[in-house]
Amino acid sequence: MNDNPEFDDIPGTTVFTAARSHQGFHLNQFCMSLMKPENRERFKADERAYLDEWDLTDEQKQAVIDRDYNHMIATGGNIYFLAKIFSSDGISFQTAAASMTGMSTEEYAAMMLHGGRSPEGVRSIKEGR
Amino acid sequence: MARITAGVTTSHVPAIGAAIDNGHTASDYWAPMFAGYEWSKKWIAEEPPDVVVLVYNDHASAFSLQMIPTFAIGCADVFAIADEGWGPRPIPPVIGDSDFACHLAQSLILDEFDMTIINEMTVDHGLTVPLSLMFGQPEVWPVKVVPIAVNVIQYPPPTGERCFKLGQALRRAIESYDEDLNVHVWGTGGMSHQLQGPRAGLINQPFDNAFLDNMTQNPEALRKIPHLEYLREAGSEGIELVMWLIMRGALGEHVTPLHRFYHVPASNTAVGHLVLDAEPGR
Repeated sequence: MNDNPEFDDIPGTTVFTAARSHQGFHLNQFCMSLMKPENRERFKADERAYLDEWDLTDEQKQAVIDRDYNHMIATGGNIYFLAKIFSSDGISFQTAAASMTGMSTEEYAAMMLHGGRSPEGVRSIKEGR
Repeated sequence: MARITAGVTTSHVPAIGAAIDNGHTASDYWAPMFAGYEWSKKWIAEEPPDVVVLVYNDHASAFSLQMIPTFAIGCADVFAIADEGWGPRPIPPVIGDSDFACHLAQSLILDEFDMTIINEMTVDHGLTVPLSLMFGQPEVWPVKVVPIAVNVIQYPPPTGERCFKLGQALRRAIESYDEDLNVHVWGTGGMSHQLQGPRAGLINQPFDNAFLDNMTQNPEALRKIPHLEYLREAGSEGIELVMWLIMRGALGEHVTPLHRFYHVPASNTAVGHLVLDAEPGR
């Protein structure tokens, strides 16, 4: 998706535009359904069956089952909606964020304790800064 | 006449709420962050406002993708605590001030800011973590709250300039209310953070500290920061900082900084906190 090409110049970042919101509408609405305890129970009991109640693509359903957050974002998910999935799993925001970076949870936690990821070199691909 | 006596900014990281609710505030990890709020808790306990106009963003709790209001104002008498996936936080419901909120909504809309009016909604960590940081764990919140919810999740959020001007209109709205109220305006969210993708964990301390400086020294410079600069410099979620500019616009030209605190990290986020006196010399 290329509705704002300047965003593609920011490495490792997906901006949640209206077009992405449209693409991910049902995925994100599924996530919000997990705010109800009874829905969390049904989802945990049979994830595939629960997902089949929603108008998701097979790719989106598989990304949810795999807990592949980068893939969910690539198919229209927004992190604040996706947070309902890892919250239902009892997983912290930091652990979920780490899973998207290719770092281990421990490596990521250590990076944060040392001041986080520097913006040096990850501001702009074409400007190399 | 209602008057704005002070402004507060603070980050609103959900893990901060969890640390309070689970009794972890004295841990090695959390104690340095909570220490930065001790002064503020004493200060606000000495003279609590009647009402806090609390600018925050909902995080896919009350607002789904069915409808996405850019600016919305809560006019209900009470706001229940949202279940964000692990059960509602064990805190009291937030008490609104519907008469004041309805006045603000009317004034803002006639002043050309087209607010969405909310008569029922739950509130999530974006609103409740700032209350917990400032007031601790009371059985009943000691202030009424008028929530102003800003869309910063779906691009594009309102510009910093638009937010600043909304703040200016908010001041006119507050000062045209007859009742003698002591009002705070709080701007929440930020500072630099990115919660998604391979660039998650981004923190930009020079950007954040310059932003804190300019909240008092040069707010004009902050009004002009474009979205792309927030995205590049402060991370994809750092754009929440536009909400601080609603507070800053509401406070008027002259403010005195009373307290400033900055800490990295709280979970994935840089925590920034300011207390500004809106009536210096009074």
